[in-house]
Amino acid sequence: MRLSLHLGLALTLAALLAAGVSLLWTPYDPAALSIAEKLRPPSAAHWFGTDHFGRDIAAMLMAGARTSIAVALVAVGIGMGLGVPLGLLAAARHGGMADEVVMRGNDLIFAFPSLVIAILITAVFGPSAFNAILAIGIFNIPVFARVARGGALSLWTLDFIRAAEVAGKGAVRISAEHILPNISNLLIVQGTIQFSLGILAEAGLSYVGLGAQPPTPSWGRMLAEAQTMVTLAPHVAIFPGLAIVLTVFGLNLLGDGLRDRLDPRLRARA
Amino acid sequence: MTRYLFRRTLSLALSLLAASLVIFLAIEIVPGDPASYMLGLNASPETVAALRDQLGLNAAPPARYLSWVGGMMRGDFGISYTYRVPVADLVAQRLQVSLPLALFALALSALVAFPAGLLAAARRGRATDTAIMGATQLGIALPNFWFAMLLVLVFALHWRIFPAGGFPGWDGGIGAGLAALTLPAIALALPQAAILARVLRSALIETEGQDYIRTARAKGLTRTQTLIRHALRNAMIPVLTILGMQFSFLLAGAIIIENVFYLPGLGRLIFQAITQRDLIVVESVVMILVFAVILVTFLVDLAYALVDPRLRRRA
Repeated sequence: MRLSLHLGLALTLAALLAAGVSLLWTPYDPAALSIAEKLRPPSAAHWFGTDHFGRDIAAMLMAGARTSIAVALVAVGIGMGLGVPLGLLAAARHGGMADEVVMRGNDLIFAFPSLVIAILITAVFGPSAFNAILAIGIFNIPVFARVARGGALSLWTLDFIRAAEVAGKGAVRISAEHILPNISNLLIVQGTIQFSLGILAEAGLSYVGLGAQPPTPSWGRMLAEAQTMVTLAPHVAIFPGLAIVLTVFGLNLLGDGLRDRLDPRLRARA
Repeated sequence: MTRYLFRRTLSLALSLLAASLVIFLAIEIVPGDPASYMLGLNASPETVAALRDQLGLNAAPPARYLSWVGGMMRGDFGISYTYRVPVADLVAQRLQVSLPLALFALALSALVAFPAGLLAAARRGRATDTAIMGATQLGIALPNFWFAMLLVLVFALHWRIFPAGGFPGWDGGIGAGLAALTLPAIALALPQAAILARVLRSALIETEGQDYIRTARAKGLTRTQTLIRHALRNAMIPVLTILGMQFSFLLAGAIIIENVFYLPGLGRLIFQAITQRDLIVVESVVMILVFAVILVTFLVDLAYALVDPRLRRRA
């Protein structure tokens, strides 16, 4: 299992590194057109070849990593930022009105797949990377609320929480000072899972035109543009897809590895 | 059981009501006047006024909401502005592609996941298990639309076994229709099968320490026999949950996959509606998708009660 943790960490770091380095340096300008150089197969000059406008695919992949990671990361932030407090609230008021409202609200959002949320937002405001973030972020809220509530509920029955109650701490303080630190492992693991799902979702949304718009580089849109050229130059479709698969694969391995490392009780089960 | 059914049906109705409100309000916040938004910049005031009248926009929002919901209950989803035909007809026509596609994919996914999950659980910790789990880990990471492009490249363009896209309709025979849906269904099914196989495996392994499994083994059943006769039934609750959730992913996924294969399904309809700002179509198709998800969740809840009699009494 250690192997998967290390492989996952390496792949995740590679994606982060590509995104980070692209801020300072890319092998070519990812937006520079050069029709004379179009659809070149991979070579020493262009590691992953060029697309139908002669743009360097390696450079576009590096810049696209930035979009994917930024969208997925902010969407996880939205999900955690709103979902975790709601989940903690529901657990603190277990069986009460607030719990009921949060859980029914969760069920309601669960009925809207992120693609459907994106369709609604886009129909009203038009497509953009920001709308993709919003759609994936909203989708993440009930996920984190559920994990936080589940983790918190089992803690509320324990003696040290009872002791804190007897000492006069309120539900908010107990949630913040005692519950949250004890469910942070759960949240980190869920965070890596939602991060990887976010990258897949962003690619899908951009692919159908609901996400990042030109000139913002994006893996999903590269694939949409590659679709008509897949017979002429398969490399145009293969590399962006591989970038997505390897990043998501890495994040999933990392999530599994972290879960095993952070929670030995789960190790037997997995 | 009747009480359980009644409570679940009530909550189904409430969920639908809440979802319809959310969708209605989302479309309500379109900046400016929906009629001029739909017609674009060059519309004359008369056409805008005529469309406003046709859409019933002159009524107050609560009245419009009630007439929208009331209409849907009678099967009247309004008239598409761009196609000039009832939305219900459009949807019925497109569902002939999208629904068989989603069901085909669901069947394929179960067909792959059950043997894989059972095998991995039976060979737990050995090479077969490791290989299956590694494959599922990759399967989960696969974007279905990219996988679809690779399938087209290999099975439609290189080997010419299946069509690369388009849909001949069901009139030309079931065979041609199914052939057109095969690659899309595989692309949709495999990533979902990977998730399902993992859930099934861990649910099966979870049952391993239970007394009834030990009893079954003690009376002489082999490990595989116990898995299939006793563990599988008890592992069905998490598996059903995931199957239900997967249906909504399959519907959403089908919308994307239809784009790869140029299939005239709900997905194509909704994307055309977005670009043409046909809000009536968007609103109704989204409601139908959400209705499908809520209905499947409801059916899964009922299935729990069938699988696990204890849940019937508790509710």
